[in-house]
Amino acid sequence: MDFTRFGPTIAAGLSTLERGQAEAGQQKSRRHFLTITAAAFGGLLIYSPEKGFFRLRDEKKIVHVPLHFFEGSEALIVTAAVSRIFPTDDSGPGAKETGVAIYIDRHLAGPYGSDHHRYTSGPFESGRPELGYQDKATPRGIYREGLKGLEGFQHLQIPEQDRALKEIEGSLLFSLLRQHTLEGMFSDPIHGGNLAMRGWQLIGFPGPQMNNYDDVDKHFGEAFRPPPVSLSSGRLSSEDDE
Amino acid sequence: MRTLAAADIVIVGGGWAGLSMAKELGSRTGLSIQVLERGGPRKTTDYFNTMDELDNWVRHRMVQDFSLETVTFRHSGGERALPLRQPGSFLPGAGIGGAGEHWGAVCDRMSSDCFELYSQTVEKYGSKRLPEGHSVQDWGITYDEIEPYYARAEKMIGAGGKAGNLRGKLVEGGNIFEGWRSSEYPLPPTKIPYFSTLFDVGAKSLGYHPYPSPAATMSAPYTNPDGVDLPACTYCGFCERFGCMIGAKAQPTNVLLPVIARHKNVSIRTGAWVRRIVFDGSERAGRARGVVYVDGTGEEVLQPADLIILASWTLNNTKLLLLSGIGEPYNPSTGTGTLGRNLTHQVSLSTVTAFMEKPLNRFMGSGAAGVLIGDFSGNVLDHTRLPFIRGGTLQAPSHGYGPLGNFGVVPQSIKSKWGSEWKKAAIHYYDRTGRLAFQGEHLAYKDNYMDLDPTYKDKCGDPLLRLTLDWRDNERRMAEFAIARSIEIVRAMGAKEFSPSSGLGTYDTRTYQSTHLQGGTIMGKSPQTSVVNSFLQHWQVPNLFVVGGSTFPQSSSARPTLAILALCSRTADAIVERYLKSPGPL
Repeated sequence: MDFTRFGPTIAAGLSTLERGQAEAGQQKSRRHFLTITAAAFGGLLIYSPEKGFFRLRDEKKIVHVPLHFFEGSEALIVTAAVSRIFPTDDSGPGAKETGVAIYIDRHLAGPYGSDHHRYTSGPFESGRPELGYQDKATPRGIYREGLKGLEGFQHLQIPEQDRALKEIEGSLLFSLLRQHTLEGMFSDPIHGGNLAMRGWQLIGFPGPQMNNYDDVDKHFGEAFRPPPVSLSSGRLSSEDDE
Repeated sequence: MRTLAAADIVIVGGGWAGLSMAKELGSRTGLSIQVLERGGPRKTTDYFNTMDELDNWVRHRMVQDFSLETVTFRHSGGERALPLRQPGSFLPGAGIGGAGEHWGAVCDRMSSDCFELYSQTVEKYGSKRLPEGHSVQDWGITYDEIEPYYARAEKMIGAGGKAGNLRGKLVEGGNIFEGWRSSEYPLPPTKIPYFSTLFDVGAKSLGYHPYPSPAATMSAPYTNPDGVDLPACTYCGFCERFGCMIGAKAQPTNVLLPVIARHKNVSIRTGAWVRRIVFDGSERAGRARGVVYVDGTGEEVLQPADLIILASWTLNNTKLLLLSGIGEPYNPSTGTGTLGRNLTHQVSLSTVTAFMEKPLNRFMGSGAAGVLIGDFSGNVLDHTRLPFIRGGTLQAPSHGYGPLGNFGVVPQSIKSKWGSEWKKAAIHYYDRTGRLAFQGEHLAYKDNYMDLDPTYKDKCGDPLLRLTLDWRDNERRMAEFAIARSIEIVRAMGAKEFSPSSGLGTYDTRTYQSTHLQGGTIMGKSPQTSVVNSFLQHWQVPNLFVVGGSTFPQSSSARPTLAILALCSRTADAIVERYLKSPGPL
């Protein structure tokens, strides 16, 4: 079964690549893919227009996730880095279960990645920090250049990965990585991250609820958590996940 | 250049100011009216499925495209200005409705002394109390004169709230420090979410006078005097920086467009980027003949008109007059000229972030839901013992909070900004975090002004507007005072931990403050110190009116929209009742 036929609506938790099981960047013509097995994350949650969300449990299945901006090795570095920024731990899922790297890949491929809506006329000069970001580099450029400095990151042990990230904490790449991790965790799933609204469920955010009229002045002092909805999928039923 | 058939009236800009003028003049006269809006068409139904925080809150879907035009910024005259390359401290709108589509809809009135700020301050404290380098002045209008127009604007937008001063009688539960009102709000206050309720209780325990936020998010279904029906707000929380999905927030597209659509004499042209007002005469006197705009194909078009109403956003009103050579540009070293002076940006800051014990359910709310206190307002504080003059309101907003704008805020005891420790704390505090917000008066200063940038250009090749702006000690001390009081209040609210703001410091373009920029084409009593008279008519060019926040001589602590609407309807009255009968200076 070729899951790439689901095209850009595949949302896979690709960040859980276990070393040795995942091979990156099979270069077929100029298209890059992440090749991952469902076993890497205990099943693969997939979306198709016909079936909605469903979980693929056959652990041996291989999935090719098409990349829109990253090259395969870049995607592996980003996948590993965002998993340290927002790790999976006893408090719940992290970037690797929510498709953060896929979100970043798609987002960079769009108008944001090329600074389509930023004022990019010269001259480019540096000024006081209060004047905001003044450089010429686009988000795509910042990733492409910055990731060169993290070559092999995905193969490091976790403490070494944390050390490597600590070293670049002040860099533009890191600030984008952190910002985009949160965007991938908590933006509407239509953008490719927040897989199955896991990010929202983690923090108790119910997504775009159309009507809170009867609840907004009630539930004082206690958590009120209606089932989440997204712009694309409607309400998440209990059968859809785990 | 293509020349179109002349219109009786051309209105530049399709936001609150321009469309309210189109509605008034279009429904009260049979004159042909052409509105020119440089952005695209928008209507309330466009927003039905746009509750997307990434698109709206983070990527600024509703905001002007900075790749086409921005402003340059410097903190003082000696520095080189650089362009603001991405949206930051303010968020101008683009398209029909302008920023009025994505506003938060708090619609408070200015305190009654604001309109005579210079003379009342001098009367109270003597002229020495105004800070050095100020250029504070009176508006040329009094609160008593604007009150009926405030009331009219509130009825138009379905304002909800509770009066604190009904014709001089103070009413408990309203803002007892406000100016007198001729009538109660047209709608009751909005519902008050949990965090704002905690503020209400905490503020009362300290002897303050909390009141519900004046709100143009409908607290109940409403039919305004123009016969426009608005549904009740559902507190979905996707409000400020969003268009309302159901049209329950007063927006130009749901309050004004349906009325304009009834009148065939008004037409709206989108994609029309006005570059110049064509003008015969000198800097001192003349007559406007029409406007030149660039249409969507890049062609230049001349739209002749007998009467021109400049109603683009604050900053563009100034830019267009500078580009058109209408009026004398302000020169800060000589003090001569009026065009571009008195740039202000309301003092807006989160004074303290409070970490509460219990979850707040803060995804529910509206842009205007909340509780305020007026106890620190400029007309209330006794400044004889304070290191600043004037003041502002303190608010516990319940905007409706989404994770992209708010996740990750943790107490100062958590040092990391990523990784497991931070993640756990961020999850715990995500729905336990509340902020108090201060909106303060910004006095006008001689060295805060606008002119044309010598280097950077917009998409048409015209110079960008250059802002020269920084805070002074008066604002910094006012902010410190507000932070200190806020800490006392969040303690009274039972906050477990809190992080106070570090204060104003240097003006920072990177983080959002408010879109309440004012000045540049200010109103006043004399052509020596203002660009337009109190009817917003240009002193030198009587067939040109300039409307909007650009006419405010300095910033009050109230959000500017309601005053913009009130002044527009006063101008419309003056045009219909006086100017059209005898065109000339009013």
